[in-house]
Amino acid sequence: MINYIVRRIGYGMLILIGVNIFTFILFFAVNTPDDMARMNIGGKRVTQDAIEKWKVERGYNKPLLWNDQQAGVQKLTKTIFYERSVPLFAFEFGASDSGRDIGYELQKRVGPSVALAIPTFLLGIFVVIVFSLLLVFFRSTYLELWGVALAVFLLSISGLFYIIAGQFFFSKLLKLVPISGFSAGWDLFIFLTLPVLIGIVSRLGGEALFYRTMFLEEIGKDYVRTARSKGLSETVVLFRHVLHNALLPILTSTVAVLPLLFLGALIMESFFGIPGLGSYTIDAINAQDFAVVRSMVFVGSVLYILGLILTDISYTIADPRIRLS
Amino acid sequence: MPKPVFLATDLALLAQLLLIALYVWHSLHSPTLRQTWRHVLHDAAAMSAGVVLLLFLSIAVLDSVHFRPLLPPVAGAAANAERAYSTRTLSLLDLLLAGPREAREKTYSEPLDTHQFSKESLLIDGKTVRDFPRLQFGGSHLKDAQAEWGGDVFRRSLAGLFRGIVFALGSCWLVAFLRARAAKTSVTNSWRAIWNRTGDVPWRAILLTTSLLALAAGWITAVWPYYHVLGTDQTGNDVLFQALKSIRTAVVIGSLATVATLPLAIIFGILAGYYKGRVDDAIQYLYTVLSSIPSVLLISAFVLMIQVFIDKNPQLFETGLERADIRLFLLAAILGITGWAGLARLLRAETLKLGELDYVQAARAFGVSDAGIMRRHILPNLTHIVVIVSVLDFSGLVLYEAVLSYVGVGVDPTTNSFGTMINGARNEMSRDPVVWWNLLAAFTFMVALVLSMTLFASAVREAFDPHARAFRVRRTKAPSLEPKC
Repeated sequence: MINYIVRRIGYGMLILIGVNIFTFILFFAVNTPDDMARMNIGGKRVTQDAIEKWKVERGYNKPLLWNDQQAGVQKLTKTIFYERSVPLFAFEFGASDSGRDIGYELQKRVGPSVALAIPTFLLGIFVVIVFSLLLVFFRSTYLELWGVALAVFLLSISGLFYIIAGQFFFSKLLKLVPISGFSAGWDLFIFLTLPVLIGIVSRLGGEALFYRTMFLEEIGKDYVRTARSKGLSETVVLFRHVLHNALLPILTSTVAVLPLLFLGALIMESFFGIPGLGSYTIDAINAQDFAVVRSMVFVGSVLYILGLILTDISYTIADPRIRLS
Repeated sequence: MPKPVFLATDLALLAQLLLIALYVWHSLHSPTLRQTWRHVLHDAAAMSAGVVLLLFLSIAVLDSVHFRPLLPPVAGAAANAERAYSTRTLSLLDLLLAGPREAREKTYSEPLDTHQFSKESLLIDGKTVRDFPRLQFGGSHLKDAQAEWGGDVFRRSLAGLFRGIVFALGSCWLVAFLRARAAKTSVTNSWRAIWNRTGDVPWRAILLTTSLLALAAGWITAVWPYYHVLGTDQTGNDVLFQALKSIRTAVVIGSLATVATLPLAIIFGILAGYYKGRVDDAIQYLYTVLSSIPSVLLISAFVLMIQVFIDKNPQLFETGLERADIRLFLLAAILGITGWAGLARLLRAETLKLGELDYVQAARAFGVSDAGIMRRHILPNLTHIVVIVSVLDFSGLVLYEAVLSYVGVGVDPTTNSFGTMINGARNEMSRDPVVWWNLLAAFTFMVALVLSMTLFASAVREAFDPHARAFRVRRTKAPSLEPKC
C-alpha cells in the first residue's frame, strides 16, 4: 500500500513536470517577454526602455532555456524556465506580473473559496441523493416522468442563467439577500446563501439523472430481492438497504473532486464578488497576468493528482476486495 | 455577381455535412446500423427534438453561405472600370432577413413597442419636451401609435397564427395522405392511426412539434416586418435577429469542437490500446498531463496565445468578419485539442478488449499488417462509441461557450453568440426598469437547442448502448413491488 502510494506520488511528480513544460511552451514560446511587457504596460507606443525595465523588474530579461553568459550549473539555473518552474515545486510562487506576492494572495483567498465550495458540495450531494432516490421510489409513475423531465430541463440551462435569474429574483425583487459581497463572521451566512443555493440547483439536473441510473441498477440486485422477500416495505428496502449499498460507490466517486474544492468556483465567485481563488484566476486571465495563471495551473494540477491518489485509496477502503499493487 | 466568400468555419461546417451524409449513406447499406437507427426513429422525444434540430441546422447552414455584394458603379466612372465589392460580408440569412437587419433603432426598445425605452429631449411645437420618442422602424406605419397599436398587433398576430394553422393542418394532411397511399387505406383511417400512435414512427409527436413551430413561425413572419418582436438591444439592433445569428455560432462550436477531438482521440486511443506497453504509457502520460490542467485555464492560455497572433498579423484577414471567424474556428479547434482525453480513454479501453478477440488474432495470424488490423478490424468496431460521445458532447460545448465568453476567452466580441448576449444581459438586469428581453431571447433559443440535442443524444445513446438507459421512464406500469398478503 505504502509502496503503491509512493509510486503514485512519483508518477504525479512526473506529470507535474510535464504540465510545467507544457505551460511554459504555451506561454513563452509564442509570446516573447517583450509582448507580455507591451501588453502589461498597455498601449502600442511603449518605449524599448520601459520594456527592458519591466523585464528586469520581473526577471524576464534572462534567456528562456540556456544562459550562455553564466558559468557551470548557472547556465541552466539563471534562465526564465528554471526560475519560473523549479520553485513552484516548493510552493514558492514568487511575485505576480503586477508585483504582488502570489503565495500570500493564495493563502488569503483560499478561505473564502472553501467557505463557498464546501457547503455547496455537501448540501449538493445531499439534495441530489434525496432527489434521485425519490425518483426511484416513485418509478413508473407520472411523478417520475415529470421529475426526469424537470432534471433534463435543468440540465439544459446554462449555469449563467441560474446566477443572473437568482440574483434578480432573490436580491433585486425580494431583497432577501445582498446581490454580492463577502465578509467574515456571522454576516457570511447571508452572503453565501444565494451562491450555495444556485450552486446546488445548477448541478442538480445532471447529477440526479446519473445517480438515478446507479440506484436503478442497484435495485435489480439479489440482496434487494432478498430484502423484499423478507417482507420489508419498499421504503425500508430503498432508504436503508439500497441507499446504504449505493452510497459507498457514490462517495468514493466524489473523492476525486474533493481537493479541487480548494480551487474555488470560477464563475460563481466572480459573479458574487467573493474574494476567493476562482475570482483571482478570472481577474488574472482578464489582466493577462501570466505569472498568476501559471501558478494557478500548477496548483490545479497538484490538486487534481491528489484527487486521483485519494480516489485509489478510498476504493480500497470502501471495497476490501480491491488490492493496490 | 456578388463575390462568394468561403470562411474557415463555413468550409468546416460543409465538410461536416458531407461527413454526416456519408455516414447516413453508409448506415443505409448496413443492416445492423439501419436497425440501430430505427430505434432512434421510433423514439417520440428524439424525433420531436430532431424536428427542432433540423430547423436550427438549416438556419445555421443558411447563415454559412457568405458573399460580398457588388457595390453600384460610381457615378461617372468608366464603363469598363473595375467593380468594387462591399467590405461587409453577408450571408444568405442576412439577405433573407434584410428588413430586421437594417431596421436599426437608437437604443433599447421593448418587444413590439412603438416607442423608445428611454426618454429623450424632443422638439414638439417649438418647445423642448422630455418624452419617449417614436421608434424609427418599430410600428412606424401607425399614425397614432397609442390608439392603433393594440388593434394592429392583434390583427397581424391573428393573420400570422392563421397562416401557421393552415401550414400545420396542411402538413398533417400531407403526412396522412402519403401514409394512406402507401398503406392503401383511406386518409381518415391513416389519420386515426397517427393520432392513436399505432404505427412505429411517432408521427403524432413529429406533427405536434411541426405545428407548434409553424404557429411560432407564422406569428413571427406576420409581425416582424412591422415591429421588433423581441425588442432591440443597447445599440438598437433587433434582438430576435441576433438570436437567430447566434444559432450558427452555437452549432459551429458544438459540432466543430466535437469533430476536432476525433482525430486525436481515435489515433491515440487505438494506438495506446493496440500496442500497449511503452506506447500506452506515453499516451496515457500525455492525456493525464492534459486533463490535470484545469480546462478553463488551459483554454484561456491557448486563446490568449492566438489573440496575440491575430493582433500581430492583421494583414492576413481581409475583413473584420474573417478575423472574427478565424477566432471562432481556432476556438473550436482549441476545445478539440484540449478535450480529446475522455474519448481517447474510452477508445483505449475498448481497443484493449477488441485486441484479444478471435478475429483480431486470426487476422494477425494471417499476417495482416498492424495498420490494416487497426483500420479494418478495430476502427469499425469503435464507431458506436464515437457516435455516442459526439452527440453527447454537443450540448455541453454549447453551454461551455457561454462560460468562456464570460471569462473573456470566448468568441470575438463582434460575433453574435449566446454567450455574448448573456454577458450583455448581466448589466441590463440590474437596470431599473429592467431590460429583460435580451436574456429571455438568449435563454429561449439556447434551451431549445440544448434540450433538443440532449433528448436526441439520449435516444442515440440508448440505441447504440442498450445498457445505458439514461433518461428512459417506462410508460407501462411495472408489476407491483409491494408484498401482497
